[in-house]
Amino acid sequence: MLQLRDESAAEDAVQETLMAAIQGASGFAGQSSVRTWLIGILKHKVIDHLRRISREKPLTVATRPVEETDISDFDALFVADGHWAEAPCAWSNPDQSLQQSRFFEALERCLKGLPDATARAFMMREVMGIETDEICKELRISASNCWVMLYRARMSLRLCLEQTWFQGERE
Amino acid sequence: MRFNLNCKETSRLLSQGQDARLGLTERIALRLHLRVCDACTHFSAQLQFLRQAMQSWPGPEENPPE
Repeated sequence: MLQLRDESAAEDAVQETLMAAIQGASGFAGQSSVRTWLIGILKHKVIDHLRRISREKPLTVATRPVEETDISDFDALFVADGHWAEAPCAWSNPDQSLQQSRFFEALERCLKGLPDATARAFMMREVMGIETDEICKELRISASNCWVMLYRARMSLRLCLEQTWFQGERE
Repeated sequence: MRFNLNCKETSRLLSQGQDARLGLTERIALRLHLRVCDACTHFSAQLQFLRQAMQSWPGPEENPPE
């Protein structure tokens, strides 16, 4: 659960989930499996936590708007006429990578290289499937900043994975 | 909105397309660009792979923090 970043926060979330489950046991009507039901509660707890830290630490977004939402620093990835400075290449057998735990270690290292708010927005979007407008609201950023953050996350991660994981397969 | 996108504009639209449905003009412009650009076609496939990877990510259980 990388979106909780620190271990104790993740433990708290699990504990809160179990407490909520015990308190709300009558709400479980047996339509879904217990696992699905618990994951549903946990997902809410994670969102609660993300909401809490974006309230406690709004400065990570507010004090670094330029770093995380400035579109101009993508310029280095492209030449003046808008072509790629270094063209993305075909990744061979990407599906095979998904079977390898070492791939996910590489992915986590790449994720850790993202700025905080960017990583948070990306996780909310890709792991939890939250819609963009909800992410903007949670992180208290404008819609256009939200787009830029998600774009930044994807551009950084693809570059990082290409360099640290897929490069060996390049010809 | 023009039909002739460069790679920079294409990469941005492809990312936005992961989060919302693009307009008709944008979708046509993307299709025209991707037809002639291998680099952006690779980029597009990589975005889809990234989404798949995040969804298959088992979480930190198997990778305890250092």
